[in-house]
Amino acid sequence: MSNQDALIEIRDVCKLFTDDGDEKQAVDHISLTIRRHEFVTLLGPSGCGKTTTLRMIAGFETPTSGAIYIDGKDVSAVPPYKRKVNTVFQRYALFPHLNVADNIAFGLTVKKLPKDVIAQKVDAMLRMVGLQGYNKRKVTSLSGGEQQRVAIARALVNEPEVLLLDEPLGALDLKKRKEMQIELKNMQQKLGITFVYVTHDQEEALTMSDTVVVMRGGTIQQVGTPQDIYNEPRNRFVADFIGESNIIDGIMPEDERVVIGDVSLDCVDKGFAPNEPVDVVIRPEDIYIVTQSDKGQFKGTVESVVFKGVHYEMQVRDTAGFLWLIQDTSMFAEGMEVGLIVRPEDIHIMRKSDDPNAAVYREEEAL
Amino acid sequence: MRRNHKALHLISRLYMVAVLVFLYAPILVMMVLSFNEGKSRGNFTGFSLKWYGELFQNAEIMQALSNTLIIAVISSLVATVVGTFAAYGISQMNRRSQGLVMNISYLPVINPDIVTGVSLMLLFIFMRMNLGFATMLISHIVFNIPYVILSVMPRIKQMDRHLLEAAMDLGLPPLRAFLKVVLPDIMPGVISGMIMAFTLSIDDFVISFFTTSGVQNLSIYIYSSARRGIEPTVYAIMTLMFVTVVSLLLLINRKSLGRTVAKRTRI
Repeated sequence: MSNQDALIEIRDVCKLFTDDGDEKQAVDHISLTIRRHEFVTLLGPSGCGKTTTLRMIAGFETPTSGAIYIDGKDVSAVPPYKRKVNTVFQRYALFPHLNVADNIAFGLTVKKLPKDVIAQKVDAMLRMVGLQGYNKRKVTSLSGGEQQRVAIARALVNEPEVLLLDEPLGALDLKKRKEMQIELKNMQQKLGITFVYVTHDQEEALTMSDTVVVMRGGTIQQVGTPQDIYNEPRNRFVADFIGESNIIDGIMPEDERVVIGDVSLDCVDKGFAPNEPVDVVIRPEDIYIVTQSDKGQFKGTVESVVFKGVHYEMQVRDTAGFLWLIQDTSMFAEGMEVGLIVRPEDIHIMRKSDDPNAAVYREEEAL
Repeated sequence: MRRNHKALHLISRLYMVAVLVFLYAPILVMMVLSFNEGKSRGNFTGFSLKWYGELFQNAEIMQALSNTLIIAVISSLVATVVGTFAAYGISQMNRRSQGLVMNISYLPVINPDIVTGVSLMLLFIFMRMNLGFATMLISHIVFNIPYVILSVMPRIKQMDRHLLEAAMDLGLPPLRAFLKVVLPDIMPGVISGMIMAFTLSIDDFVISFFTTSGVQNLSIYIYSSARRGIEPTVYAIMTLMFVTVVSLLLLINRKSLGRTVAKRTRI
């Protein structure tokens, strides 16, 4: 293999499901390389193909076309019980007739390891996930968070090369989820195991991952570090899905200049055709509000104010009728006339043609 | 108000007693007569176990009893294995096929026994099979399978649908994964399905009657001896059958009752 570091290679994989005669393209020609020790998150709305992709890496689904390589070997036809990957399932899938220790020991028992070795490894795992002394407990008597920990221990005890996690924190409350996010990240760094994590929660993806893969409609929209994805979304969909964004139509008359309605702004993007129509993306926290409306690049009226804890979230309608979403630590009262200012480096310009699904969004928005 | 309430309570009590009397009086009479010394159906002349003694001396009855038990054991075991795998297979289908297949499996349950019996007989004759022990056994397996499916299905529905995958993920091939992980979880449904199949097989007369010839089970023996005039030995067998079936039913009910109680205490 050309890339020494590559552990999983997904090459031009498609997955077609046939259900009652209806064909559904769950995954549509995706290619992706996952490196050793990387924490990769597949992120997207439901039905985007992220879980199907994960299940193909686990071996529960076979690609309709294309191939998946693990450690340089084509595993497309290898059944799950012969792959060096383990999975943490969405609803844990613990074995209800076995106690905590026997659940964790399951994979080791299958491998017929000596009893004392198994007991040792199980205890070490229980310590790692913070459940010392839970050996004989029934799994059905555990809380959701505890079951989650058992599920993680049951997978990790096998020392897999890759751990696959399918929305593992989805059933936990917000506080538990935040705790587990940090713990999972720590475990991954300590053990040096490659994690492939599936979630629809963009905040979770940004918090934990080395690399985020944004998916939509069975295709990959963007691959990058959390910072890349957040700061330089490649298209309108990514910008909209990752965090909140103001997305507005604009025109690039020349390099480093964009026109929104009748307002002309400096920006840092270049390389567009003269007068090319573009999507302009501006994050709500990157807009400054001034009380003298004449000093702003845009003029508008505050339409609503919501207190969000750290900041206030305000909607401001400008004179051209566009509704801006703005986050600011100071409050501006409803009905106030204000001005809006955006710095050139906070303006992100996206080519409309960069977006394979552009037509789809416009249709969705029209509905 | 209060008196009204009391009267109502009394009436509902009486009503229940009347229903129970109608249900159980005939069986009670038969049980009492099975201990009667004389042959008379009218008066009880004294307690005796002589009919039970004769019952166990009667080679024909003993043969019929052993046929009944062998068929009940084999047919309930085979139906349990087939039905359990079938139920799991059905549960993995998509929603529409699942509904269709469940309805098809359910059909033999609501189909009149006589239709099932006659059609099985016709099929055996059409296939040039001699009616006898084997054909009766096959018929019992066939009519037992849907009951097992119906009893196992709810347990499978309650189960985490990723259990099998989790076991495969941890290194077991599909069949071993099923036996090690899925089967223990659905066991209560499998056991009650098996007990139900066993009692239904012991119970059955109509389907057995049409799908065998020469080989008798108890119900066929009783039917043919009734035409000769019922001997008190028959009361004795029927008493034994009743007691067997009732105790098995109690066993099933206690199992499912225990389950609901356990669930309630967990909540």
